[in-house]
Amino acid sequence: MTHFSGFSLLKNALSGHKNWPEQWPDKQPKGEYDVIIVGAGGHGLGAAYYLAKEHGITNVAVIEKGWLGGGNTGRNTTIIRSNYLYDESAKLYDHALDLWENLSTELNYNVMYSKRGVMMLAHNVHDVQSFQRHIHANRLNGVDNQWLTPKQAKEFCPPLNISPDARYPVMGAALQKRAGTARHDAVAWGYARAAAKRGVDIIQNCPVIAIRRGADGSVEGVDTAKGFIKAKKVAVSAAGHTSVVMDSAGVRMPLESYPLQALVSEPIKPVFPCVVMSNTVHAYISQSDKGELVIGSGTDQYTSYSQRGGLPLIEHTVAAICEVFPIFNRMRMLRKWGGIVDVTPDRSAILGKTPVKGLYVNCGWGTGGFKATPGAAHTLAWTVAKDEPHPINAPFTLERFTTGRLIDEAAAAAVAH
Amino acid sequence: MLLIHCPYCDDTLPELEFAYAGEAHIARPADPSKLSDEEWRDFLFIRTNVKGVHAERWRHIHGCGRFFNALRDTVSDRFLTTYKAGEARPDVQTLEAAE
Amino acid sequence: MTEYRVKGRGRVNTGKPVKFTFDDRTYQGFEGDTVASALLANGVHLMGRSFKYHRPRGVVTASSEEPNALVGTTRGGKGRFEPNTRATMQEIYPGLKTESQNKWPSLKFDVGAINDRLYMLFSAGFYYKTFMWPRSFWDSVYEPFIRKAAGLGKAPTEVDPDIYASRYLHCDVLVVGSGPAGIAAALTAGRAGSKVVLVDENSEMGGTLLSEPSVSIDGQPAWDWLESAFAELDRMPNVSRMTRTTAIGYYHQNMIGLVQKLTDHMADVPEGAPRERMWRVRAKEVVLAQGAIERPMVFHGNDTPGIMMSGAAQTFLNRFGVLVGKAPVMLTSHDSAWYSAFDMADAGAKVVAIVDTREDVAQALKDEAQARGIKTYLSYTATGTKGRLRVKALRVNPVRDGKVGAAHMLFCDAVLVCGGWTPSLHLFSHTKGSLHWDEEAKVYLPGRKTEDVHIAGAGRGLWGVATALEDGSKAGADAVKSLGGKAGPATYEVADDRTGTGITQKELPTDRSPGKAKAFVDFQNDVTAKDIRLAVREGMKSIEHVKRYTTNGMATDQGKLSNMNGLTIASDALGKEAPQVGLTTFRPPYTPTTFGAFAGYHKGTHFEVTRKTPIDSWAEENGAEFEPVALWRRAWYFPKAGEDMHKAVARECKATRESLGIFDASTLGKIEVSGPDATEFMNRMYTNPWTKLGVGRARYGLLLGEDGFIRDDGVIGRMRDDLFHVTTTTGGAPRVLNMMEDYLQTEWPELKVWLTSTTEEWATIALNGPNARKLLEPFVEGADISADAFPHMSVVECTVAGFPSRLFRISFTGELGFEINVPARHGKALWEKLWEAGQQYDICPYGTETMHVLRAEKGFIIVGQDTDGTVTPHDAGIGWAIGKMKPDFVGKRSLARPDIVAPGRKQLVGLLTEDPKTVLTEGAQIVDDPKQAKPMKMIGHVTSSYWSEALGRSIAMAVVEGGFDRMDQTLHVPDESGNPIPAKVTGTVFYDPAGDRLKVE
Repeated sequence: MTHFSGFSLLKNALSGHKNWPEQWPDKQPKGEYDVIIVGAGGHGLGAAYYLAKEHGITNVAVIEKGWLGGGNTGRNTTIIRSNYLYDESAKLYDHALDLWENLSTELNYNVMYSKRGVMMLAHNVHDVQSFQRHIHANRLNGVDNQWLTPKQAKEFCPPLNISPDARYPVMGAALQKRAGTARHDAVAWGYARAAAKRGVDIIQNCPVIAIRRGADGSVEGVDTAKGFIKAKKVAVSAAGHTSVVMDSAGVRMPLESYPLQALVSEPIKPVFPCVVMSNTVHAYISQSDKGELVIGSGTDQYTSYSQRGGLPLIEHTVAAICEVFPIFNRMRMLRKWGGIVDVTPDRSAILGKTPVKGLYVNCGWGTGGFKATPGAAHTLAWTVAKDEPHPINAPFTLERFTTGRLIDEAAAAAVAH
Repeated sequence: MLLIHCPYCDDTLPELEFAYAGEAHIARPADPSKLSDEEWRDFLFIRTNVKGVHAERWRHIHGCGRFFNALRDTVSDRFLTTYKAGEARPDVQTLEAAE
Repeated sequence: MTEYRVKGRGRVNTGKPVKFTFDDRTYQGFEGDTVASALLANGVHLMGRSFKYHRPRGVVTASSEEPNALVGTTRGGKGRFEPNTRATMQEIYPGLKTESQNKWPSLKFDVGAINDRLYMLFSAGFYYKTFMWPRSFWDSVYEPFIRKAAGLGKAPTEVDPDIYASRYLHCDVLVVGSGPAGIAAALTAGRAGSKVVLVDENSEMGGTLLSEPSVSIDGQPAWDWLESAFAELDRMPNVSRMTRTTAIGYYHQNMIGLVQKLTDHMADVPEGAPRERMWRVRAKEVVLAQGAIERPMVFHGNDTPGIMMSGAAQTFLNRFGVLVGKAPVMLTSHDSAWYSAFDMADAGAKVVAIVDTREDVAQALKDEAQARGIKTYLSYTATGTKGRLRVKALRVNPVRDGKVGAAHMLFCDAVLVCGGWTPSLHLFSHTKGSLHWDEEAKVYLPGRKTEDVHIAGAGRGLWGVATALEDGSKAGADAVKSLGGKAGPATYEVADDRTGTGITQKELPTDRSPGKAKAFVDFQNDVTAKDIRLAVREGMKSIEHVKRYTTNGMATDQGKLSNMNGLTIASDALGKEAPQVGLTTFRPPYTPTTFGAFAGYHKGTHFEVTRKTPIDSWAEENGAEFEPVALWRRAWYFPKAGEDMHKAVARECKATRESLGIFDASTLGKIEVSGPDATEFMNRMYTNPWTKLGVGRARYGLLLGEDGFIRDDGVIGRMRDDLFHVTTTTGGAPRVLNMMEDYLQTEWPELKVWLTSTTEEWATIALNGPNARKLLEPFVEGADISADAFPHMSVVECTVAGFPSRLFRISFTGELGFEINVPARHGKALWEKLWEAGQQYDICPYGTETMHVLRAEKGFIIVGQDTDGTVTPHDAGIGWAIGKMKPDFVGKRSLARPDIVAPGRKQLVGLLTEDPKTVLTEGAQIVDDPKQAKPMKMIGHVTSSYWSEALGRSIAMAVVEGGFDRMDQTLHVPDESGNPIPAKVTGTVFYDPAGDRLKVE
C-alpha cells in the first residue's frame, strides 16, 4: 500500500497516476472470522481498524449490505463537537474529539477535520440557562465551551442576524472552538483503507439475513446473501437498520428509525466561517470546503426506512435558516437527501454488550453519530476484544432502560416553561 | 407530504393535520405494579421498528382530534389502511388481496 | 442586428432591442433573448471559469442543465444580487447587470488558472492524500488555502427585499413539460374534461418544437400548430398553462412542488409583486414529459469555449435566431447532430464537416450533407482542439479496426457535439420508482412505478415528433382512464419528422497518451475521464464511490450532463455492465431553487406565530420588556426610566411584598376536565388524590410521564363534582392536553370524560400582596371572599367588576393572592379597572422575572427550570404530592425502578452563598472539593438563582446528589473563571417558612 503524502502524490502525478493501488480490496467472505462487524459505516470500519491495531485481532470481516460509507456516514452534515451536558456523554464525545484531532495522521488519510468552531444559539431565557449549564459542566470536565454575547456571536459569524426584533432573537451563544467538521466520505474510506491494510476483509453488497445463534444461545455467525459466515463474535453497527438485524438474533431493541433530511446550496465563495446550530428553530448550518452551505433539519415525525422525507420539514428548515441568516434568502438549494436515524428513548447511544453471548451492538446515535465515530469505534473494539465495557462506554448499556439510569440529553435540554 | 385517511372524519387529508403517535397496539398494562422491571421496560421502550408494514397511531390533531391506527409500509411510506382506535389490526394479506 | 444574428430566424422580438451588461460591458439583444443567446449573438462564447482548474468555459447548452455559463445577476438596488444564475435561463431586460464568476482579475486572464498547469497534482481525491504534514499546517495553512479556493459565485451580502408566495393547487392531471408529448397529453386530457395543468420551465412552451420549425403537424408548420394547440388549450376552462414554472420535486402521493418565476424577466417589477411562487400541487395523475438531455462527448479539450451541444446550437439558431458559429464542425455519434448541421448550413453557416464516430449512417443523411456541400468523416474520433479562449480547430483521426490513424486539423469557430440523448427521469426517480437498463439504447428507462404517474415521449426513450405526439396523447388518455373517464388517443399527421438513432460511448479513442488527456466528463467540477478511471483503480467500485471521490455529477447541474458518461466510463474501467455499477440517485430539487421559494411567507413575524395575551397591548403601552416563552411573548419586567432589569425587578418584588402587585398570568395553560368520570380520570392522570377534594377547593397537581419523571404541574380547582379547572405550565398546555386525550381515547375509552382546551378563553390576572383582598373585594359580586369564607386554595364562580369570573385564591408568591379568570375579551378592561382602583395601594405591574424571584423565595419549582425531565417528585422534594393510597397513576410503576429508588439521586435543595451579595449563575455546576483536578466530580447544578430584595441577599435552588442528606454542608460552585464560590445547603423555602403572610385578614 502506498503511503499517502505530498511526495507520493507528486511521484504518482509524474507517472500519470497509473500506479496507485486499490485503497481497499473488494473481498469475498471466508468461511470463518474471529469477529464480524455488520455495517461498513465509519463506526463499523473504525471498530475493525481498532480491533486490528490495538487488540491484534485481524481476522475480522466488515459486512455491508450496500457500498461502504453509504449510510449515515455519507449522508450527515458532518458536525463534530463534544460540548454535551452529562459527564457520560461529554467523556465519550471528547474521547472522540481527541481521536479526531489525530485521525488524518493516524490513518494516513486526510479526513479534513476542520476546527472551525461550533456555535449554538440561545433564543430565549430558557436556552440561556441551559447553555450556561452546559458551559459550566463542560469547563469542569475539561471540555472547551464558552459563552458569547450576541455581539461576540456576530463577530464570530458575520452573516448572523442579531436584531432584537427577530422572531427568535439571538440572546447569546455557546461556542466550542475545538469543534468543527470533517469530510464524511474520507472517514469511511480512511478507516477502510487502514483496516484493510491490517488484514481486515471488507465485504460489500452482502446483506445480512440473520444472526445465527447456537444451542447455548451464543452467537455462531451470520447468514448473508453470500452464504453463512462463522464467527464467535458479531458486532452490529447498522444505524437505522439495527432493529432489523438485532431482531434476527432475538434481541428486541428500544429503537425507532426516523427520516432525517439535509440539503446543500449551490457553492459560493467563503462566507460562513463556522458551524451554527439552533435547536430552538431546528436548523444547523456550515459551509463545506467546496463552498456549499450544508444545512441539516430535524427528523420527520413518523418512522420510516424510505429515505424520502417530506416537503413541509424542508420548508421549515430553510425558513429557519433565512430567519437567522437573512442574506441567504436568494441562495439556491442544490440537492436535498434523506437518511435513516435510529433513535433511543433517551436520545443517547447504546454501545456495548447485549444479553446474547458474543453479540455486541453500537446504535441509537440518532442525529449525532458522525461526531462520535472514532470514539464509538475505539471503545466498541475494546469491548468486543475484551468482552467487557470500556470505562467510557460503560454507561451506555441496554440495561439502563430497565433500571431507569437514562442519559437523557434531550430531556436535560428540557422544555420551555 | 403524506395524505392520511381519518377513519372518524372519513376524509383523506394532508399530513399537516395529523400528529404521529408511535407504534399501535401497545396496551398499557392493567396493573403495572405487577410487572417485572423487564416487562415494564418492554412496555415503555421496546418497539418493533419494523421495516415493512407498521401498525402505528396517528392523531387528527388539527381536525376531529381523534387517535386512530394505521398500517403503513415504512419502506414506501404508503398507507395500507387506517382504522379506529380499539379495532383489531387488519390482516395485511386480506388488504392486499382486496386491492 | 449583430454579426451572429440571422435575419428571419428565431422567435425573439427584433422590434424591441434590450440593453444589458456583462462584466460591465453593455450588450444588445432582443426581447425574448436569454443572457446566453444575446451574448452569443454578439460573438461571446466565454462566459465562465471552471471550479477547480479555472479553465475558460463557454456556454454548452441552451437549457437549465447548463454547467458552465453561470453568472451573477442583479437588477440594482440593495439585496437583489444573486450568484450562479444560468445564463441560458435568465431572460434579458433593460437594466439587467450580469457578471462572470470564479475569476481574478478578469474572465480572460485568471490567475487561478495556474491550477490548470498543475492539473496532474490535482487528480481526483488528491486532497485525501496530502496536506497532512506537518500536522500543525493543516489548521493554519492548508485548510484556509483550500477554503479560499471554494465556491463559484459570491454570496449575497444584503437582506433580500423580495416576497415569495406560495399556494396549493389541486388538479386531475398535471403535465410536466410542454414539448410535443406534453402538449398532446394536455390536449387529450383537456378534451376529456379533466382539470389539467401544463407547466414548463421555459419562458415559452413548445419544447423541441421551438427548435424544429421545419416539422409540420396536421398540415401546419410546427409553430403554427403550436399556436393553434395553445389556443385550444387556452379556450378550455379546465386547462391552465404555466410557463417559467419548474417542477422541482415529486413527493409522496402525487404531490409536486412547482416553482414559478414571476418577475425575474421584468424590467419594471410591480410594487409588492412576489418574485417567485411555490405551488404545492396535489394531482390525481401526473404525466412526465420532460424529454431527454443531450450527452456531451468526452475527448481531450472538449471544454474549450465554442464547443457546445449540437441541439443547443439548433435551439440558439431556431428559437433565438443566433448562429453560434459561422464555420462549425459537428462531432457526433447520433443522427440529431446531422440535422443541426443542415439547419446551420441552411441559415448561412459554412459547416466545415460532420465527424461521426459511427462506421456508417443512413444514406439520406449522407445525401443531404452532400447536397449542402458538407464534408463527412465517418468512423472518426476527435483527439484534441486548438484555441484557449475560443476553439479554433478540432483534431480528428480515422479509426480503423480499433486503431486510431493519423490526425488532421479541421479549422472551425465552433464544435457542435452530440453523444446521444439521456431520458430525463429525475422527477420519476424522486418517487423511488425503479429504473431499468435498456441494453440496446444504453439508457435507463422507467420501470416499476410507485405513484400514479405516466411517462411520455423522449423521457421513456422514444424519438421523433410523431412518436412523441402519439405517446403523449396516449399518456393523457391513460391518465383520464385512471380517473374513470373516457378518452382515446388522438392521431397526428407529421411530415418532415426527424427521427434518428445513435450510439453512446465512453471517452473517444485517441492516438495520444490517455493519461495526459484532459477529456472532461463534468465540466463545472473539472472531472476528467482519467479521474474516473483513477477512482476505479483505487478501489471505488460503486458509482456512488466514484461520484463522491471524483465529485462527478455533484456540480450545479447535478450530473444532468455528466452522470451517464461517468457511468459508461466507470463501467468500462470495471469491465462491468452499467446496471451492475449502478446509478446515483437523483435528488430534489430538479434545478437549484431559491431558499426564498421554500420559506415562502414564513419569514420575519410570520416565521412562527407570536401568541399574545389580551393584556399584552397594555404591557406594551406601559413600557414592558418582553421575553419569548414557548410561542408566547410575555411581559418580562416593567422598567421605569433609568432602571435596568435588576433594579426594576427589585422594585417590583418590594412593591408586591409590601402592598400589591398585578401580574398577567393569561398564558397559563387551562384545560377543562368534565364528565361523570372526571375524578377517576384525574386520579389516573395526576399523582395527587382527587376524590376528596371538595367543590370550591383547589390543589397543586403534579403530572408525570409514564417514565416517572415530572412533566407538568399547576393548580387545579374543582368547580363541580364533575368539572375540574386544570391549569398547566405556559409551554406545557398542548402537550398535557395531547397526553390526556391519548390516555382517555386509547387506554380508558370507557371513562365518560370530556377535555376542552380553554387557554385562550380566559384571561388570567394575578393579584398578590397584603392589599390584594382590599383591592379586589369591592369588585366581587356573588361570592364572599373574606379570609374565613374563602380560604387559601379555594375557587369560586362569581362576577368581578361585572364580568363572569372563576376566582381562585392561590399564591405563587407567598403573599395573599388571587387569580381572576374572566372571558378573554374582558381581560384588558378588568386589568384597567384594577389598575385604576389599585393606585391607592401603589399597585405595581410585574413581569415574569419578578414572578420567578417571588416564587423562588418560597421554594416553588418551575417545571423545566428546576426540573429537567430526569427529576422524579421525590427528587424535587414534592413527594407529598403523590397520593400514597392510589393503586396506580401515570408514571407510578417507573418510580419503583432500581435506579430511581437507589441512593445518591440528585435532589432539589436550597443554596445560600457565604457572601450574601454573590448571585450564582443559573446552570453553574456544584462540586464537593474545589481543589480537585479536571475533569471534576460534579454533584449537581444551580437551577434557579436570584437576588432576593425581601431577604437582602442572594438565594438559589439546586439539584445536588443526595442533597436532602447534606443540609448545612458547604459546597462549592466554581464561577466563570473557575473560582469556587462556597455555598451552604439549605431547605428551599427562604421566605416566610411558616406561611404567615398568606393569613392576611
